[in-house]
Amino acid sequence: MTVPLQARVPDGAIAEKWNNHKFSVRLVNPNNKRKFKIIIIGTGLAGASAAATLGELGYDVEVFTFHDTPRRAHSIAAQGGINAAKNYHNDGDSVFRLFYDTVKGGDYRSREANVYRLADVSLNIIDQATAQGVPFAREYGGLLDNRSFGGAQVSRTFYARGATGQQLLLGAYSALMRQVDAGTVTLHTRSEMLDVVMKEGRAVGVVVRNLVTGDVTSHSAHAVVLATGGYSNVYYLSTNAMASNVTAAWRAHRRGAAFANPCFTQIHPTCIPASDEFQSKLTLMSESLRNDGRIWVPKNANETRSPDQIPEGDRDYYLERIYPAFGNLVPRDVASRASKRMVDAGKGVGPLKNGVYLDFASAITREGAAAIEDRYSNLFEMYNRITDEDPFQVPMRIYPAPHYTMGGLWVDYNLMTTVPGLYSIGEGNFSDHGANRLGASALMQGLADGYFVLPYTIGDYLADYLGDPVVPTDDPVFSDIESEVSERVNGYLSADGTRSVDWFHKELGKIMLEHCGMSRSAAGLEKALAEIPALYEEFKTDMRVPGVNESLNQSLERAGRVDDFFELAQVMCVDALHREESCGGHFREEHQTEEGEALRDDESFSHVAAWFWSGDAAKPELEKEELEFENVKLTTRSYK
Amino acid sequence: MNITLQVWRQDGPDKPGGFKTYQVNEISEEMSFLEMLDVLNERLTNQGEEPVAFDHDCREGICGSCGVMINGQAHGPQLGTATCQLHMRKFRAGATIVVEPWRASGFPLIRDLIVDRSAFDQIIEAGGYISVDTGSAPDANLIPIPKFVADTAFDAAACIGCGACVAACPNGAANLFTAAKISHLNLLPQGQAERWTRTENMVEIMEQYFGSCTNHGECEKACPKSISIDFIAMMNADYAKSKFKNRRLVAQTG
Repeated sequence: MTVPLQARVPDGAIAEKWNNHKFSVRLVNPNNKRKFKIIIIGTGLAGASAAATLGELGYDVEVFTFHDTPRRAHSIAAQGGINAAKNYHNDGDSVFRLFYDTVKGGDYRSREANVYRLADVSLNIIDQATAQGVPFAREYGGLLDNRSFGGAQVSRTFYARGATGQQLLLGAYSALMRQVDAGTVTLHTRSEMLDVVMKEGRAVGVVVRNLVTGDVTSHSAHAVVLATGGYSNVYYLSTNAMASNVTAAWRAHRRGAAFANPCFTQIHPTCIPASDEFQSKLTLMSESLRNDGRIWVPKNANETRSPDQIPEGDRDYYLERIYPAFGNLVPRDVASRASKRMVDAGKGVGPLKNGVYLDFASAITREGAAAIEDRYSNLFEMYNRITDEDPFQVPMRIYPAPHYTMGGLWVDYNLMTTVPGLYSIGEGNFSDHGANRLGASALMQGLADGYFVLPYTIGDYLADYLGDPVVPTDDPVFSDIESEVSERVNGYLSADGTRSVDWFHKELGKIMLEHCGMSRSAAGLEKALAEIPALYEEFKTDMRVPGVNESLNQSLERAGRVDDFFELAQVMCVDALHREESCGGHFREEHQTEEGEALRDDESFSHVAAWFWSGDAAKPELEKEELEFENVKLTTRSYK
Repeated sequence: MNITLQVWRQDGPDKPGGFKTYQVNEISEEMSFLEMLDVLNERLTNQGEEPVAFDHDCREGICGSCGVMINGQAHGPQLGTATCQLHMRKFRAGATIVVEPWRASGFPLIRDLIVDRSAFDQIIEAGGYISVDTGSAPDANLIPIPKFVADTAFDAAACIGCGACVAACPNGAANLFTAAKISHLNLLPQGQAERWTRTENMVEIMEQYFGSCTNHGECEKACPKSISIDFIAMMNADYAKSKFKNRRLVAQTG
């Protein structure tokens, strides 16, 4: 069943909307905050920062993570940096420019008001993180250093060597642990949310499985916040952590939360190519490397010489050739597709001919090996450990891999989903990146949502329920869902088939990568929509999950996650089929220019596609949110 | 290549445990150590046996989830490398490899190769933060920090909280973990206000869970981020000073 989408974007000029909204939303008196209970699922940048901030404000917060400690969340793996329009380098940056770049980079498929707010609060994030002790890179004078990232012509990316995500997450984690110590936040580790509980159309709590004991328990609250990340693992091979999954968001979707633009996925251009069929995940090499690395392939598809033996004249620096203005720093989607075209044309490098070179030779000659080492030492070491090759001597080999999902739960300006009382923050929602995310914007968005947006907007909803107790967990709405969850868990254990869950996950990933990956076509998507349900049927009857529920059982955890990926995959394909245009990370072969660039259709597709659960994953119901652009002029993205 | 694994199997904290031997044939040198365990688990599942439980997640050496004793060494033979980034090319074909969970009384066993490291969270909770509520921060460039100070703070902050330092220590001490966080914050100007309370509180919680440091230096060798034991010296110096600085009416913080 669909509900009308009300984005609740405040009136006024773009630069005034957030200020006006902060003034007009209802507040909860400091003494009343402790009477409200808020559940937060996930402890990445968005979840940890929201939990810490809501705890500081005095709310009664309960946090759940499936990890053994909040600090493991996959935000930790972000390498390159975080954008902020500080203009510390006097190169013409401003809040409006960051806003403009982000809307343009997203190929005009994001909501203007949300993006402006993101750019606006980016300034506060850097201040907050620095005050927490995040050791950002500094110049010799002691002030903060910046680097450039794809899709921007200013230096606005703050970084902490190649581990910016780790340092920002540890900052948010420390703020969270401070609140745990203060008693405002209760922390549950190794606990996985398996359903949202609704009463009278509102979210009133969650059902959680303890991953060590198998106990299924209910937890009630006045509001539930999902901060559970993206769904790139639907492709099996991605840069996401092994346990990253869509289950929390998907269970919310099945309870009525619309899922927006699921086909907007980002394939990151600089990952280490797969080395064999046993590969369990792909490793990202930060996009920041494109500041100093030059991407090339041999001109001749039959090239057999080692890279150092190939003279300049026989190399094709294709990004510099095709996009002279941005060169190696074109946005991710553009860089990824260009690499795919080179490899598809047989010009791939490496033993499996499945990569392109990222070469630091000219930067090393220009600035010296020491300068390059200072900037990228940990990335070079990581590359060396994985491939046994030294990037100081041999060019890196890279290839695109699924990395980030711009799609996610539909949220209004307050970050509330279509289910009242249920919020989605961070990568899990759809709102800020349109059809393509620019580098160093994910950390910015996760922390913006958690530190500076949700803590203001959630009060507006809670204010209506002052004095109302939470729904007790012995209410039938909880026990019914507890039984459903236990039944599902036991179903996996009793399937008694012949194949492992991982086998099915890999097969699903292959279908998705082939037909709903870097390039999509109607014929391919229809094929996927025929193959996925067939494989899903096989999964249900032929999976084998050894062990029992009552002890730590990793196969069982994965079974539930893969089950939900099967349903999500179908909605992704339906969405990709519906979107008869190419934009950002969504490239439909039928819609391209003569030069092979993405061809948008603003007339027909300048909208958010929000899908509602109908009971059948292959037949979701569509509701559109029309996007209005009052401050950014829609143009064909050109990075030439 | 073919290898023989001797893996510690134990169904739960109160169940008996023991080594089980598995022959793992036809694996690739390009695989990571954990991918080799994936292959073993896939084969065990197909035979109807329960797979070996082990913690892992990012597989990029940054989340700190993974970590096992490999032939008695925390994270195995390669310096500065977490288990997930160790590759099979570091082993000889035909080798026998012994795989055990972290061994330390501060890390009780949960199942097979998985241990409970929540004592680390307790240490952080005791003071591993700078008390700054959201929204109250001044402009980030207000306080310049010399580059080498920021760099050294980063060296300490690089800790991934995996627990290899504890597992490698003959005393099961967590001094390197605790010192890394204390030094990271105590080096920075923003961390000065709580420097002495932080140090005293964190060290004392650490001592409730873990053994004492006797300067073996095994922790630094096992650390996947090669964090220096110099930070333990810094922590010890600050801990001694904290006993004076934390007395009431002593306002001087220098």
